[in-house]
Amino acid sequence: MGSTRRDFIKQIGYVSIGFSMMGTTCIAGNNYFDAKLQNTLDKDRINAWLQILENGKIRIFTGKIELGQGIRVAVMQMAAEELNTDPNLIEVHIAETGITPDEGFTAGSHSIESSAVSIRNAAASAREIILKIASQKWDTPVSQLWLKDGKVMGPQKEMTLYELLEGRQIEKNVEKVSEYKGKTIRKFVGQPIQRKDIEAMVRGHQVFVQDLRFPNMVHGRVVRPPSYTSNLISVDEAEIKKLPGFLKLVRKGSFVGVLAKEEYQAVKLMVKGKQVTTWNSPENLPASFDLKDHIKSLPADIEIHETKGDAEASLEQSKTRLSASFYKPYIMHAANGPSCAVALFKDAKLYVWSHCQGAYPLRRTLAKLLKMAEDDVQVKGVPGSGCFGHNGANDVATEAALMAIEYPERHVRLQWTREDEHGWEPYGTAMIVDLQAGLDDKGKINGWQCNLWSDGHSNRPNGNPNTLLPAQFLEENYGSPGIGYRGGAVRNAAPYYIIPNLKIQSHIFQGPLRASSLRSLGTYTNVWAIESFMDELAHKANKDPLEFRLLHSEDERAITCMQKLKANLASVSISEGEGLGYAFSRYKNTTSYCAMAAQVLIDRSKGRLQVKKMWAVVDAGETINPDGLRNQMEGGMIQSASWALKEEVRFDAKHVTSLDWNTYPILRFPDTPEVEVEIIDRVDQPPMGAGEAAQAPATSAIVNAIFNATGIRIRRLPVNSDLFKI
Amino acid sequence: MNNTIKLNVNGKEHHVNVAQDTPLLYVLRNELQLNGPKFGCGLQQCGACMVIKDGESVLSCRLPIAAVAKSKIRTLEGLADESGKLHRVQQAFVDEQAAQCGYCLNGLIMASVALLEKNKKPSDAEIRKKLATNICRCGVHSRVIKAVKKAATKS
Repeated sequence: MGSTRRDFIKQIGYVSIGFSMMGTTCIAGNNYFDAKLQNTLDKDRINAWLQILENGKIRIFTGKIELGQGIRVAVMQMAAEELNTDPNLIEVHIAETGITPDEGFTAGSHSIESSAVSIRNAAASAREIILKIASQKWDTPVSQLWLKDGKVMGPQKEMTLYELLEGRQIEKNVEKVSEYKGKTIRKFVGQPIQRKDIEAMVRGHQVFVQDLRFPNMVHGRVVRPPSYTSNLISVDEAEIKKLPGFLKLVRKGSFVGVLAKEEYQAVKLMVKGKQVTTWNSPENLPASFDLKDHIKSLPADIEIHETKGDAEASLEQSKTRLSASFYKPYIMHAANGPSCAVALFKDAKLYVWSHCQGAYPLRRTLAKLLKMAEDDVQVKGVPGSGCFGHNGANDVATEAALMAIEYPERHVRLQWTREDEHGWEPYGTAMIVDLQAGLDDKGKINGWQCNLWSDGHSNRPNGNPNTLLPAQFLEENYGSPGIGYRGGAVRNAAPYYIIPNLKIQSHIFQGPLRASSLRSLGTYTNVWAIESFMDELAHKANKDPLEFRLLHSEDERAITCMQKLKANLASVSISEGEGLGYAFSRYKNTTSYCAMAAQVLIDRSKGRLQVKKMWAVVDAGETINPDGLRNQMEGGMIQSASWALKEEVRFDAKHVTSLDWNTYPILRFPDTPEVEVEIIDRVDQPPMGAGEAAQAPATSAIVNAIFNATGIRIRRLPVNSDLFKI
Repeated sequence: MNNTIKLNVNGKEHHVNVAQDTPLLYVLRNELQLNGPKFGCGLQQCGACMVIKDGESVLSCRLPIAAVAKSKIRTLEGLADESGKLHRVQQAFVDEQAAQCGYCLNGLIMASVALLEKNKKPSDAEIRKKLATNICRCGVHSRVIKAVKKAATKS
């Protein structure tokens, strides 16, 4: 192992590329960890989250993965504050089975609320224990002791934490403490501390799973079938074998993969493979129907999600009634870097390097699929391209594992193609939201009824192998993953407004395309429908759209966001052809608040629409890193504008036809709006994530701005500019 | 059939033994072990693989290695000076924290460097036009434009 250890000790960005601990066999690992520093996985214990290192540094463990959301810097700030330690003395170790706590998935804007807060609690508990130990050791009151930069300090005394603890770790439980410095001192927390990984990226250091290189690593590609339900009839292996660099053809049921010595040789094997395979491919996608009609015709599992008062009766009594139907197509994650993984099968153990959102859930699922013991499967999280939910990460990792098992003792790197990513990832489902509402004599909403149609919003792998794409093509029948988590469909289906009579009903179908979690799940469509409808109701009630929302709001934080937005826009004037639109939502109706405005410019003679500028006011509770929060908001606003104006997954009877950036265009630099974000920092409140807070209100503000400019309502996404062309 | 091909990358001569039709991107990433140029689409649609070839920003994912044997190639790794000091465009991206996942950074930086070498004070519209080739999925566009403008003031 000695000859290769050097390579494994290398750092990629801020993550060691080798596995940290492999018991006594350090095959893909390194000595990066001192054996005595092996930590617990028990989340109640301090040392599951934090370790004191001999070199004076402090290592933090998060079960979350860095997805570009900046979780590494946020958890570092939390620890730095409680331990009063320079952030440069803090290392962050991201999700890895057997090393970091099992924090499930990095999803739902939850990393701050869960991981960062856990690390704050662990670090604050550690501080109190360290001070107590020092107090006893030096016979000095705790009040005369403090921590600084990895040391404990007292009157004319100082000692490194490592010396104080005599090399031991703090195995005590995390307890509530009397003071959280992040709430009082805020030397690091609440400050726009820069992410360290951005410099590593601009220097071209190894940062991404795509950048991993191992000695004698081989390269794989998958020979993708023509459709979801294709069966392989034949593959002419002899033809593929003739090509240079051929190492192996992996055939398992209808899964076909190729391995080559060099990467571009693998590309050529894949191209040849497509030419010399024959498939039985039923053409059973509903390409000839309007998808909006089609999804309403599918069998549905109907459930009443929420009722209040008597919505039907109140609607009947209302003098002014409105109804509208909103349709959103399938949208894809469309990661900029196609999914990639490295797998190694050695001594009956499997090692996987993956940018998946859940290292432990993937391990559980892989172990089941491969009929291995969980302990024999190790998954190390390595950053990939921004995923925005469940994309091809788990699938490529599984395919790499299948190929590695057939080609043991060598690291197998599998890189998906652009077509693989666009054509095979699980999409955000198409949805319909039908709304009805009635106004009373004073122009207030009296009744509200919502019927929504949606597929499930989460089919993440967590012990269920049929959620992994290749499982659908193996000989063993793993069955269909089904609808999955239906709760995502009704997320934010109930308006965050005072409405006395309300009924929300969901119709959950299984749609034609593979679907799973995409940024904000059902919130995007639900809030777009609600906020469009609120705008329409305000118009009907002859009220200013923001005032109308305020009239129906009682949460002071919501009201403050909207009022600040209004104040921020006081000096904005609009010219001929322009429109201003507003929206508000509280994500999940329980987390971050966001008020949004958009300014559009429309040239009706050309049918040309430009989103010029967007403004947001966000209240995500206590702000950990204002620049990180702002970055998440800005990104959400621009991505949402892209969804609204450009994005729709298309398919024919056989398969998806949106297979690249020409057939699935997204907003590019010439068309992206200017964005401005104001943060309301509430130190007394718990911190919340905001990765998904902007997604729905941004699109809502844009369509309302289109109405403001043209008088035309957008009831179907993406926005069809023919509607306002004259 | 592999051939030995001469290549000038970041001011150094390399001899690589690959098939002549191998795209430059694969040679840079695998033979030269450079991480800057990224595989994004392999279709010349997204800009992730951008390098500077004889002063022009080009997409390397379909550019056969045989076609660049006489060219001077610069990659992200060749931008910082010998002491490790970042190029002003790289520094501006760090200062503005103009990234989320960072996968597109290579292309955006290379395109911006090529732009500023020809146009010292580009307008917003010129920056946007130049970067139209580059896909960014995270939505850091507004930060990137600020970063390029900031770099332009440091010339």
